[in-house]
Amino acid sequence: MDNKDFSSKAYLDMELLRFSTAGSVDDGKSTLIGRLLYDSKSIFEDQLEAVQRASIQRGNESIDLALLTDGLRAEREQGITIDVAYRYFATPKRKFIIADTPGHVQYTRNMVTGASTANVALILIDARNGVTEQTYRHSYISSLLQIPHLIICVNKMDLVDYSEEVYESIKEQFSSFASKLAVKDIRYVPISALKGDNIVETTNNMPWYQGGTLRYILENIHVGSDYNHIDPRFPVQYVIRPQSDEYHDYRGYAGRIAGGVFRKGDKVMVLPSGFETSIKSIDFHKEELNEAYPPMSVTLRLTDDLDISRGDMIVKSNNVPQVSQDLDVMMCWMNEQPMQTGKKYSLMHTTKDVRCMVKEIKYKVDVNTLNRIDDGATLKMNEIARVSLRTTKPLFFDSYRKNRQTGSLIVIDEATNNTVGVGMIV
Amino acid sequence: MKKYNLSHLRELESESIFIMREVASQFEHPALLFSGGKDSIVMVHLAVKAFWPAKIPFPLVHIDTGHNFAETIKFRDDLVKETGARLIVGSVQETIDSGKVAEETGFDASRNLLQTQTLLDTLEEHKVDAALGGGRRDEEKARAKERFFSHRDEFGQWDPKNQRPELWNIFNGKKNMGEHFRVFPLSNWTEMDVWQYIYLESIKIPNLYFTHERAVFKRDGAWLADAPFMKKRDTEEVVVKNVRCRTIGDITNTGVTLSTANTLEDIIQEIAATRVTERGDRADDKRSESAMEDRKKEGYF
Repeated sequence: MDNKDFSSKAYLDMELLRFSTAGSVDDGKSTLIGRLLYDSKSIFEDQLEAVQRASIQRGNESIDLALLTDGLRAEREQGITIDVAYRYFATPKRKFIIADTPGHVQYTRNMVTGASTANVALILIDARNGVTEQTYRHSYISSLLQIPHLIICVNKMDLVDYSEEVYESIKEQFSSFASKLAVKDIRYVPISALKGDNIVETTNNMPWYQGGTLRYILENIHVGSDYNHIDPRFPVQYVIRPQSDEYHDYRGYAGRIAGGVFRKGDKVMVLPSGFETSIKSIDFHKEELNEAYPPMSVTLRLTDDLDISRGDMIVKSNNVPQVSQDLDVMMCWMNEQPMQTGKKYSLMHTTKDVRCMVKEIKYKVDVNTLNRIDDGATLKMNEIARVSLRTTKPLFFDSYRKNRQTGSLIVIDEATNNTVGVGMIV
Repeated sequence: MKKYNLSHLRELESESIFIMREVASQFEHPALLFSGGKDSIVMVHLAVKAFWPAKIPFPLVHIDTGHNFAETIKFRDDLVKETGARLIVGSVQETIDSGKVAEETGFDASRNLLQTQTLLDTLEEHKVDAALGGGRRDEEKARAKERFFSHRDEFGQWDPKNQRPELWNIFNGKKNMGEHFRVFPLSNWTEMDVWQYIYLESIKIPNLYFTHERAVFKRDGAWLADAPFMKKRDTEEVVVKNVRCRTIGDITNTGVTLSTANTLEDIIQEIAATRVTERGDRADDKRSESAMEDRKKEGYF
């Protein structure tokens, strides 16, 4: 960071951008992250020293920046990334959270996890190899998880003599594939993470490239409209009843806005009861707000005294979500024990907790080719399929495409309590 | 800021409040681990906001090593009085007296490892099924992979290779008998975010964080505060310096920084310019490359 006044308004008022990366050992992902962190001065001297010590102990010739990100002992020993690691850095413009995930097909579930909260996905392509199966996989997962923006980093440009032809042909190859994806915004940038070309500084090595550096793109990409601001959804999380003398009659519904904008005085409907009432106040600690929007955590008070509890949803009377016990989801399986049709699982959706039964697997998707495959009644770890579920109680939901909050759910094994599957509602 | 955009601090605040409300909803006996440091003070502030105008619906748990800065205890008691929260104190001295653990000896003796036993005993005694901690992912590389809802088996152990997937903002707190969770609402905050938030919200913090004169001595390149129970080598000379704490923990392994930072603005500038992490002076982390991971597996904070 530059030496500015960090307690000034601009620094207290930065935007947060979450991006995911996926990649395997040799594609330069760790070098890229290392460079973004290092150039924004987010790697500290003692961390660098620790990595230096570890690199020397291992007999490496140069500093292995991957040791900065590979946090678990098993990962350092085996030289692989087996989980999602979260990294943080800030520039004078934005604060960033990186969800760093491994790239191999056996870590599809980790990529899905990292992608679930991202605004932007960085897809790394090795300029020497062009678009590969791994590129397809990362892009498909990003699209399935509805990451609104993709940045295609054509890396190792130094190893192809910074050739414009190579870059353009990769770009062309990717865009023809991308037409099959549901991604609104795709950017391309030719880089060399190792040499630092187009990461933070522009480069003289590629005068033919007129676009911004990777950091410039990350700092300026418009993420304000990534939340759904159209369809008001408020899953009730917790009921606040102080039962003190001062607030004897206070009854507030605490939760996080999952969609749309709620204003004081709005006519609202409560699901599942269908009762209509209006918003008396929007409380946030001692303040009363005029309006609230995603992802704000607030407390709503209503003009009528209704029986409302956790798992209910407050919406607008003229804009209600789907209400059903039958739903189709794109399911990614996360556990060694395959999913079984006919089996009952616990299910969490927004703040609601129900049980469900897997009715059928409609088709599976080959994450490398996007082709549909049909191979039996089980869904194994890291596989993705369209699945029909029936729940014990109705859910209030939107399609995942419309709203990532009200369109997502997790499936839990009732014996182990482990999260075994994750679903995006079709 | 454009319309309908939250600033990074408000987004982090909202996320943390959501986590705290989720804990209050999903668990029967949650508790907030209070160390007296700035992160746990911010946690209490967020908890007050999350449940206002009701009181915080869970107690604060302080694991007292007996080797505290005196200011920490006074600050804790004032905060408890102000918020009306319930306080539970677990005493490391009592764990030692009971013979369950033996005190480390020598110059680098610390009660840091011993407090894991006291912590687990205290959680068990009060049937705590979710312990909220102020840990952040930017602090240390083992923490970078920890979940918001971190599952512990019946021995209080963490299994880093077998963590539950955690997606979107759906948090699975289901568990079997005897198991519990550690929950980290500040996971996505950085040290800078914490300071900026303290500034933004005018949160009261102990004076130890601001510059003051203190008797200190140098060990392994770091300044440590002098106290009656600190064993010093002959070569370690006590001098008086202008210092402040960057983290506050047990005195025996909390380094102090030479600093003249007198206001929150000064501190924020200092953090921005500094080139060493806040745990860089923590003797407990330097024991090995995976010191933190090993302690966490056994049930450490």
